[in-house]
Amino acid sequence: MTFKKSMTMASAAVLSLAVASAASAESLTVVSWGGAYTKSQVEAYHKPWTKKTGASVVSEDYNGGIAEIKAQVEAGNVTWDVVDVELSDAVRACDEGLAEEIDPAILPAAPDGTPAMSDFIEGSVTDCAIPSIVWSTIYAYDSSVMSNGPKTISDFFDTANFPGKRGMRKSPKANLEMALAADGVAPGDIYEVLSTDAGVDRAFAKLDTIKDDVIWWEAGAQPPQLLADGEVVMTTAYNGRIFNAVASEDKPFEIVWDAQVYDLDLFIIPKGSKNKQLALDFIAFSTDTQRLADQASYISYGPARKSSAPLVGSFHSKPSLAMGPQMPTAPDNFKTAIQNDFEWWADNQDEMNERFNAWLAN
Amino acid sequence: MAKSLPFVRYDNVQKSYDGESLVVKNLNLDIEKGEFVTMLGPSGSGKTTCLMMLAGFETATHGDILLDGKPINNIPPHRRGIGMVFQNYALFPHMTVNENLAFPLKVRKMDKAETEAKVKRALEMVQMEAFGDRKPAQLSGGQQQRIALARALVFEPELVLMDEPLGALDKQLREHMQYEIKHIHESLGVTVVYVTHDQSEALTMSNRIAVFNDGVVQQLADPVTLYERPDNAFVAQFIGENNTLVGKVTSTKAGKVDVDLGKHGHVEAVKVVEVAKGGQTTLSIRPERVAFEAKAPKGKMSLPAKVLEMIYLGDHIRCRMSVAGNDEFIAKIPNSNKTITLAPGKDGFVSWNIDDCRALDYS
Amino acid sequence: MSDTRILAADGTPLKKKLAQSMFRTKLRAFGLVCPLLALIISAFVLPILFMLSAAVYDDSYSSLMPESTTAMQEWDGESPITEAMAAAMVSDLIRARENKDIGKVANRVNREYSGATSLFKSTSRSAKKFEPPYLEALLAKDKDWNDKELWQGIKIASNTYTLGYIANAIDMRAKATGGFEPQDELRQIHITLFIRTIEISFIVTVACLLLGYPVAYLMANLPLRTSNLLLILVLMPFWTSLLVRTTAWIAMLQGQGVMNDLFVAFGVANDEDRFSLIYNKTGTLIAMTHIMLPFMIMPLYSVMKTISPAYVRAAKSMGATNWTAFWKVYFPQSVPGIGAGSLLVFILAIGYYITPALVGGQDGQMISNIIDFHMRKSLNWNLAAALGFVLLVFVLFFFWIYDRVVGIDNMKLG
Repeated sequence: MTFKKSMTMASAAVLSLAVASAASAESLTVVSWGGAYTKSQVEAYHKPWTKKTGASVVSEDYNGGIAEIKAQVEAGNVTWDVVDVELSDAVRACDEGLAEEIDPAILPAAPDGTPAMSDFIEGSVTDCAIPSIVWSTIYAYDSSVMSNGPKTISDFFDTANFPGKRGMRKSPKANLEMALAADGVAPGDIYEVLSTDAGVDRAFAKLDTIKDDVIWWEAGAQPPQLLADGEVVMTTAYNGRIFNAVASEDKPFEIVWDAQVYDLDLFIIPKGSKNKQLALDFIAFSTDTQRLADQASYISYGPARKSSAPLVGSFHSKPSLAMGPQMPTAPDNFKTAIQNDFEWWADNQDEMNERFNAWLAN
Repeated sequence: MAKSLPFVRYDNVQKSYDGESLVVKNLNLDIEKGEFVTMLGPSGSGKTTCLMMLAGFETATHGDILLDGKPINNIPPHRRGIGMVFQNYALFPHMTVNENLAFPLKVRKMDKAETEAKVKRALEMVQMEAFGDRKPAQLSGGQQQRIALARALVFEPELVLMDEPLGALDKQLREHMQYEIKHIHESLGVTVVYVTHDQSEALTMSNRIAVFNDGVVQQLADPVTLYERPDNAFVAQFIGENNTLVGKVTSTKAGKVDVDLGKHGHVEAVKVVEVAKGGQTTLSIRPERVAFEAKAPKGKMSLPAKVLEMIYLGDHIRCRMSVAGNDEFIAKIPNSNKTITLAPGKDGFVSWNIDDCRALDYS
Repeated sequence: MSDTRILAADGTPLKKKLAQSMFRTKLRAFGLVCPLLALIISAFVLPILFMLSAAVYDDSYSSLMPESTTAMQEWDGESPITEAMAAAMVSDLIRARENKDIGKVANRVNREYSGATSLFKSTSRSAKKFEPPYLEALLAKDKDWNDKELWQGIKIASNTYTLGYIANAIDMRAKATGGFEPQDELRQIHITLFIRTIEISFIVTVACLLLGYPVAYLMANLPLRTSNLLLILVLMPFWTSLLVRTTAWIAMLQGQGVMNDLFVAFGVANDEDRFSLIYNKTGTLIAMTHIMLPFMIMPLYSVMKTISPAYVRAAKSMGATNWTAFWKVYFPQSVPGIGAGSLLVFILAIGYYITPALVGGQDGQMISNIIDFHMRKSLNWNLAAALGFVLLVFVLFFFWIYDRVVGIDNMKLG
């Protein structure tokens, strides 16, 4: 395994050398998560930007994490220009010097003149990253199987009244938060409780109650598939993936918004990008009020600018389907929402990952 | 009842692999106890199939094979008690010579002391006492051959089958082994069925030889009869060297036929196969029975001949000439003073005794 | 021999003469393998050495925090924290902040002490304004600086050459005062996974042997046309992408999958109580056995092909039953194939990770999945390297056992 990995890395370095020389100056490589999400970005950002600047966009998919960025930066051969990352990864990439700093002054103000810094969700614009969307980990069930479906996060952990397999992401993130919420911890107190050893024990103890009923998923495309195959009766998932299964494929899935764990996706520029100026222009363009609102008509992720909310229309292929209520940030959905605390995770992910892995394996 | 039956009997045996053609056609063959019988024939003639049916590795499509009076069609090979020597010896490479020889005794659950004694005796028989601890790969081809022989005999079977056992050896070793096998056969008195495509091997060792062709036994006889009095053109051609002339039968009388060779004249020959008047026949004359003289001698059959080529072979001279339209007519002329007069291009007469020319079937 | 040296016609020693005449041939031979050799060294040997060195070498703290490193090395790990240690720390924090290295440093220490990330980052932000005495300044900033475990963690992180990662790989951890102690029980996982990896690999190897042996035997003994068809069937999985194959197994084995539907249809299982064939160890075993099967069949087949049917016939003619002929004569000759196939499957299985990742669920994970996790997710490459090193030791150990039991010369790959 190790050998294979290092070999892959070595050959990747060789390959990227070859590829880099072929890339033209007027082409930007934008890397995102694939599927419906990338499609929404292509429609809302890439196409209009290409129209405006004449520069082309090469779209690549990845599975998250900053391992590949780290490999590129450390090999001194950066082929990615803009990468869509989670908040914790954005902060980490910045801290480890893997991302270029971005001056917020390049961001356009809102149409009503509100400065960009106060238009974006508070604290979301960081040294190296500009946010685009709010996404959320929720759980969903198949309403054709469960007519009297679960309503709260406690129901997810209630195998007596809601028997059957559950899908969960193979990671402690969001799972620990949901477990505590189901155990009666208020959304605002989650990380405070998790910061004590007893709190972590409490979260794992709650997870223990359903451990035998869980099928673990890793890629975002898996949970809708598990639901559709009848492998699980309910599963945690990214809200956009479930929305797309419902809107585009008419799946009878219902989202339970109770104790949703929301997070941001942001754009970063890997350190040493050869198209930094172009990348900055792309990010400034893509995160303006209109573009963020446009994206929301392709996928149910909330725009990171407050000024975009009123401009959000209906689903691009179904004018009758208003996108507003589908957003994690819609008032009805947001009541018990938990904001992912990236600092807590930065401090504790090593220990939590190890403990989670050990808990899983034993 | 059993006494009156031969030791091995093939009774109307047929064999087909594909259900479309017969590899062995209606084989009837009796082998007496203590005999050394060779199945001789070109490859694809069915001889090996016959052997494998006897060993039990092939099943007869039709007919019975009887061993000691009992049909063995339904007896699996390991209960037939037949020793076998294979083409490439089939010595077990992961066992030593001793272990190879002990194998048939071990599966018979013979006790250790007796096994050792028998293995020792078998090795002595083939003069390989010193090689007991070696692996087959450390032995030469001839040595492996001896071990294979010893292994087939060590459990004292009454019948031993040999499937071209000498095929992989060089000529000199092969001839030497032929005598050895013959001697072992004579001293042990076992019945041997031997398969080969080498006629000299068959002639050297066998009591009787069954000549196979096209799934049929062409002739079953002792070596002398087979050579001197072949029943048909195939046997005559396959055993030893042979000159053939083709002609028409003009008349028959007491064991003789008159054969017309067209413009080359006519000869008298021994009648072997019944051929109707006017029918075609193949005349067979052995090269060593042919003499070459300047004039046609009296009291012998003779035909004009022209010398084409001469090969000096020491004890005799091999002389190719043109006789009655056949340019491949061979005569073996003993090396004597007379032969000096021979030279390519020379005309003369070939002659032979009437009894040496046999009129066979035309094929 | 050496006393009586044989001379060539021109008087030079024959050995020297031979070496001279062989030189050109050798040079050409070397030239022919040279490109491959260069590729192997640059793309295989060097990366491995680099990765293995990462298992014991980590300068992410010592190179960025030099003063503090010196101070920590002088500290015994037990006595109270001194002003000198604090001063060195503050000075280093200021520099790391300016050089934007603080994230790397914080992440390194965080592996030893949870919470260090935010502590280091926040402290470094205000470090410039600190005034002596620095120890008090640190404590005033955050009381965590009073925690001896933090400083012990820093001391461990400051070791450039360390056995700590290898210790972690076997569920131990380095102590600041030197030596090692068992890892926190709730975080122990690697030994369990190593044992499970070996167990799964062993079961897969045995299953492949049991399933593959008859197939290989059939292939070696059937007429060429039929055996070629079988060969194609055996090789078919090789032509299908690994992911497609694994996904196919998911479709076959999942709760609502083909196998369970059949079980329900034949009354083997109740509709409500279907078998768990996937997302657990069973799933890993089934899918891996399928994927590894060709690696067992091919060496077996190539060895069996060389075993003449005459051996078994000879054995039978000597009175051996079918079973004895097989067991005493055929089987021993097929052992080189079994050895080669088993070693190949076992070593491939021990490092497998895609299949267990996709169908393994929670108890079907193998050590490679953890290595993958540390390579791609946690970015703890040092620990990944250490785990890889331990895995390599295991593989070499099994190689050695194999050599002792079967003999490496006895192996035949084709």
